[in-house]
Amino acid sequence: MPGFGLALGFTVLYMSLLVLIPLGAVVAWAASLGPTRLLAILTQTQTLNALKISFGISLAAAAVNAVFGLLLAWVLTRYDFPGRRLVDATVDLPFALPTAVAGIALAAIYAPNGWVGSLLPFKVAYTPLGIFVAMTFIGLPFVVRTVQPVLADVDRELEEASATLGAGRLTTVFRVVFPTLVPALLTGFALAFARAVGEYGSIIFIAGNIPNVSEIAPLLIITKLEGFDYAGATAIATIMLAMSFVILLVVNLIEAWSRRRLGHAR
Amino acid sequence: MHRRTFTRALTALALVVPLSAAAPTAFAQTTLTNVSYDPTRELYKEFNAAFAKSWKAETGEDIRVQVSHGGSGKQARSVIDGLNADVVTLALAADIDAIAKATGKLPADWQKRLPHNSSPYTSTIVFLVRKGNPKGIKDWGDLVKADVQVITPNPKTSGGARWNYLAAWAYGREANGGDDAKAKAFVAELFKHVPVLDTGARGSTTTFAQRGLGDVLLAWENEAYLSLKEFGEDKFDIVFPSISILAEPPVAIVDANVDKSGTRKAAEAYLKLLYAKEGQTIAAKNFYRPVSPDLAEKADVDRFQKLKLVTIDKDFGGWGKAQSEHFGDGGTFDQIYKPN
Repeated sequence: MPGFGLALGFTVLYMSLLVLIPLGAVVAWAASLGPTRLLAILTQTQTLNALKISFGISLAAAAVNAVFGLLLAWVLTRYDFPGRRLVDATVDLPFALPTAVAGIALAAIYAPNGWVGSLLPFKVAYTPLGIFVAMTFIGLPFVVRTVQPVLADVDRELEEASATLGAGRLTTVFRVVFPTLVPALLTGFALAFARAVGEYGSIIFIAGNIPNVSEIAPLLIITKLEGFDYAGATAIATIMLAMSFVILLVVNLIEAWSRRRLGHAR
Repeated sequence: MHRRTFTRALTALALVVPLSAAAPTAFAQTTLTNVSYDPTRELYKEFNAAFAKSWKAETGEDIRVQVSHGGSGKQARSVIDGLNADVVTLALAADIDAIAKATGKLPADWQKRLPHNSSPYTSTIVFLVRKGNPKGIKDWGDLVKADVQVITPNPKTSGGARWNYLAAWAYGREANGGDDAKAKAFVAELFKHVPVLDTGARGSTTTFAQRGLGDVLLAWENEAYLSLKEFGEDKFDIVFPSISILAEPPVAIVDANVDKSGTRKAAEAYLKLLYAKEGQTIAAKNFYRPVSPDLAEKADVDRFQKLKLVTIDKDFGGWGKAQSEHFGDGGTFDQIYKPN
């Protein structure tokens, strides 16, 4: 490595150009509105509902992804079966697929006349449930890919030791293996959540987009932009930024805490 | 092995880069950029070929027309943000007004520069229903029957949907002796029958035609005919309501941009040809109502039904007023979606 000074300088420049300056511009735009207008926009029923929908469903989707992503990672690392590599590669597809394609495909399948939608007794596409499906889809790889390497590295001897000391299989899994996975699982959860909050392309095709019912906050931003209301759009963008930042910070803190508990403290 | 792939990739790159760099100089020609909205794809594909031919015949030069399509409002915003459009052909005057206001790249009175409010073709809003019209939908009043579902895009994100909204409003007003409060109540009731609000007209057409949602699609007349052509005449019928709105999708030259790229002459010829025989014929063929029907093919023109049409200027006080009153922040559209 070329030394601390150079590395830090590069990091700061890189982060500034790509992240800090664009986001700073958003905040500055919103700040120019003044607190009264800002508060007026943010406390509108439609805004509050959109934020509730976006953050609520994102959390639910990330939670489901945490459970089933862990399961998938477990199956992929612990078992060998024909087609394992194929399944392993398939996990990454939601990363690569253009989100609009994903949205159209999901809507086609879950619409009342689609393959799956026509079999279900309740509606998925064009309801909040549709948003949940899309968010789960795009968030899946994050949990699998963060948990997988950690799970592969878990020392088998620990499990053997646990077994020889008289622990049953369930006890070993829940008290020996899982605790080592928690930090990675939290990272995956946070990534899946962040991605779901910011997602736009796939969701609008399946959401129904009815104000106060199935309208996500990013759509409300687009709606404001279509009305040439740049200030209103940045106001919502700013509150989304702030909320995401706080939630991600909390997840990171929990993760750091669980790492320390495991003795990984730096 | 990795290194070899890498070297190969580099070699390929080295071969391609000079080629693509040389390309523009080898085929030097004028390029005209037309920023348009969603349902004009077919229209401008055909018209651009006709224009290139006519331009070649007139000047001996080759010309290429680039068209970009998308939601009308989004397209306007791209031009505001710097997209170098020579001409804009959008869904409603409000969007070009916004460009004029935000950038000053064309004068505020741009709409007076060409005949017929700068609209070489017009359209209107009609109903597309499933074949045989199983729900018996004949007019706007039928859309608020208990078991009817209506598909329309969101008027805040779609230019076409604003025409839908105002056409519904016009009916509500007429049915109630000009009472705007009752018109609003009718529109509010209508939107309770809307299960999905797509962001654009094409999205709604897909929802209705391919996802099988809803009993009636509020659509541009040209989109409705196009759906018949695309999905089969045995799938849908078009219903013409008792009253609708004269939709004028206007065209304009973006002065500052054509002067910068030296394309004013070509841009002027382009818009002029839209009003001439070629443009009018192609517009009518693509289901737009030509402003000079005598220039188009009679068979194409005869397809259009005579309808009672209200206009944005006479009945809604122009786009400036209608935009803020109905689709602005806290406008009537926001009000009808306010949960009680």
